[in-house]
Parts: sequence; C-alpha cells; structure tokens
Amino acid sequence: MILTRRHLLLGATATLAGCDRLARNESFRETLFSAENFHKWAQRGLMAPDALAREFRPDQISPIFRANGTANPNTPAYKALWRNGFADWRLRVTGLVSRDLSLSLSQLRTLPHREQITRHDCVEGWSAIGKWRGVRLKTILDGAGLRSGARYIVFRCADDMGGGRPYYESIDLADAFHPQTILAFALNDRPLSVANGAPLRLRVERQLGYKQAKYLMGIEAVDSLAAIGKGKGGFWEDHADYDWYAGI
Amino acid sequence: MDSPTPMVAGDVKRHRLSTRIWHWANALLLYTLFTSGLGIFNAHPRLYWGQYGANLDRAWLTLERFPGWITLPGHYSLALSRHWHLAAAPLFAFALLAYMLWSLANRHIARDLAFRRGELAPRHVWQDIRNHARLRFPTGQAALRYNVLQKASYIGVIFVVLPVIILTGLTMSPGMNAAWPWLVDLFGGRQSARSIHFIAAFALVAFFLVHILMVVLAGPMNEIRSMITGRYRLPEDRP
Repeated sequence: MILTRRHLLLGATATLAGCDRLARNESFRETLFSAENFHKWAQRGLMAPDALAREFRPDQISPIFRANGTANPNTPAYKALWRNGFADWRLRVTGLVSRDLSLSLSQLRTLPHREQITRHDCVEGWSAIGKWRGVRLKTILDGAGLRSGARYIVFRCADDMGGGRPYYESIDLADAFHPQTILAFALNDRPLSVANGAPLRLRVERQLGYKQAKYLMGIEAVDSLAAIGKGKGGFWEDHADYDWYAGI
Repeated sequence: MDSPTPMVAGDVKRHRLSTRIWHWANALLLYTLFTSGLGIFNAHPRLYWGQYGANLDRAWLTLERFPGWITLPGHYSLALSRHWHLAAAPLFAFALLAYMLWSLANRHIARDLAFRRGELAPRHVWQDIRNHARLRFPTGQAALRYNVLQKASYIGVIFVVLPVIILTGLTMSPGMNAAWPWLVDLFGGRQSARSIHFIAAFALVAFFLVHILMVVLAGPMNEIRSMITGRYRLPEDRP
C-alpha cells in the first residue's frame, strides 16, 4: 500500500468531514457542548470562592491595551451621550432588586473604588495587562438589594451588534460578588476610552474577554436566563455557540 | 542484536490491554485535539513569550491560518474548535493519569519502560543509533523488549511532553489561573505557556511521524495487529 500525499489529504479531509457531520447532529452537539458543565464544575470545585486572579506590578502593564470587539458603538444615542462627556449617561439597575437604581458617572466615582492590575485573556488567545479602577459590583447590588429569587446578573450594553441587537452578557452570583468583579470607569489611570468601553465596563477577572461587557447601560437581576436573548445568557453565546461559562 | 538468542519465532503476547486501550484512545483524542487546536490557533496565529502578548506586542512566531483540511471543523469556527478541544482535553488528561497509575501498578513502567543497567552507556546508545540508522530491527526475543531509543522516546512522551501539554493547556484558563496560580508561574506567564503548548503539539507530531515510519519499516501488519489483539509474531532471527 503506497500512501501518497494526496491519499493522506483525502483521508484527513474525509475524517474531518465526518467530524463536521457529527457536530451537526443535535444530540452529539449537546454532548460535545456539555463539556462546559464539566469545566465549570471542576473549576468551581478547585478554586476557593474568593480565589483572586493574579494581580500584576505596574511595570508589567502592556504598553498598549488592545481593544477588541466593538471599537465604537456609533449609535445616535451613544454619540449624544459621548458628546457631553457622559453627563447624561445613567446606569440603570433593575429586575429582582428591592429598589431600582439610576446612577450617574459622578455618583459611581464617589463610591468606594477598587484598583487592580490584571490580565485580560481574549478567547482568541492573546492577553493584555491593564490597570482597572472601578466600583465593586457587590457594592451596587447591595445598594439595590437583591431579592431572594435572583440567580444571575445580566449586563445591557450600548453597542449595536447589527439589526438593532445590543450586546448583552450575564454572570452568576458567585462571580457577581467576587472581590475583583468591578464596574470599571478607568483604564491605566485614564477615563475609559471609547474603544475600551466608555463610560463603564464590567471586569470579571476569572473569565475570558467576551464576558467583560463594554458600554454598560443597565444591570438586571434575573432568576433565569431563559428570557434573555435566545436563552443562553449572552450575545456570542446566543449567536456564535460560545460557552456561557468562560473560565477556560 | 549483538548476541541473538536462538529462539523459535512464533506468536507471543506483547501489549497489555491497558496499553492497547490507551493507544487507540490517544489516536482518536490526539487527532481531535491537534486539529481543533489548530482551529483555535487560527483565531490568533501569533505566539509570544511572557505574561502578555497581543497584536501590537512583539511575536516570536507569526503564521498564516492553517488550511481547512487540517483543522476541526474544516471551516473557521473558533466556538466549534473550542467545543471539540475542551471536550476531548479532559478525557485525554484523565486517560493519561489512569494509564500512568495502571502502568505503575502492573509494573509496565518498571519492567518495560525504565532503563536497565548499562543501557544508557554511550557505547550501547551508539550501537542502538547505528542499528536504527541501518534499519536493523531486533529479531527473536530481543524484539519483545523496547530498545533504548524507543524507551527514551516513550518516557519522553509519557512523562514530559504529554504532561507539559496538559498543564500548559490548563494555564490557558483564567479560572484555573485563579485556582492554581503557581502553574502559570511555572511556565513563565500565560503567553509563554501558550507558546510551549504549541511547541509541545508539534513535538507530538514529530513523534507521530517517526512512530508511523518505524511501524511501516518494522512490518505494519504485525505491528498493528499486536496493538489491536496484543499478539505479535516474533521476527525470525537473521541467519
């Protein structure tokens, strides 16, 4: 039997085509995608609830913090907010809370801050280290008073992902109350730039980049993700099969 | 071999069940992991050293995207490549752990893989290199034992390359980095770990190519049969 490069190529292509067909089968897909549950279970079991992501020294900060995803929401509503320095912008906190909140940027800046130099890991594989300053999400949620049924926090964003669908993401309470989970308004000692999510973005340091929702407009406490978007808890989760748990 | 033992050639039991199961599980899993891994790599085909690294930082390696015939899936889909990779990775890691423990318990490591006295002597190693270069494969009883180059490559793969590829894979995870911060330190940062993960993957490809070459040269049907059924026909002694 003489194996030529052509045979090998055909073999490889046929095998991979078989895998592709398999991945289109609904129940196989479910099995394949359920690895996410294993990783979430294993990681939550291995890490202490308050285990911190590594914090770096100032001299370890990336010279340029790469911005990814939406570089500028560019919607008329966002442009109007940007034009007067986000003075009219409000973060609305709604859903399963005892009292709805509407917070201005200056109000957020008067709340206790946290500063952290952390590594941002994009799902694509690159990393950038930056210094974030912001308010712990816990501070906001305690202020609003979570009601007993609340299990997830959903983030509503200003950037339009096409067809009038704004970006959204969600995390569970384990991450929402983590000490490093902050709503950041500054990167590397400067107010957040538009490319990096002005005026406010989420930092949830034990997960990948697509969870770090930019251009925050609203926070909603919910008991289930079923009614959010297509039900998987985030824009990329709903539209591109990304895992909701992005710890790996 | 230098002093061939006179021996009647015939069928002998060669590979244990544990080795055979692990071998074929690996064939499937490593194929899946390699092709899906290239799919993931295609999302950012640049490699860096250190803690961070993105487009504006200095890469030590920049490649074009790998073509569809070698990636899983065959079209670019970071999400699907990740699903394949992250589903296969734990199976692969726990299979290696089980195989290591099993091989320790049934003395496969001590009896078949560990170097014996004198095997690492330069003369012996040199002789083995010459035998390989002249394609003189062991016959008779000697064919039942691993030679020193074989042992070195199996030990290197089982105890170095495979653990390194699993551990560097774990350091890709921000969750695991919070759980086990020492692990990413061990590899000098997440981007170093990502580079090592990639290098280890291609070290395995090199192992695979030599492995296939050796199987073909040593008699593919007999070799493949021995890895399926465990039974192996001893090559007759050269006259």
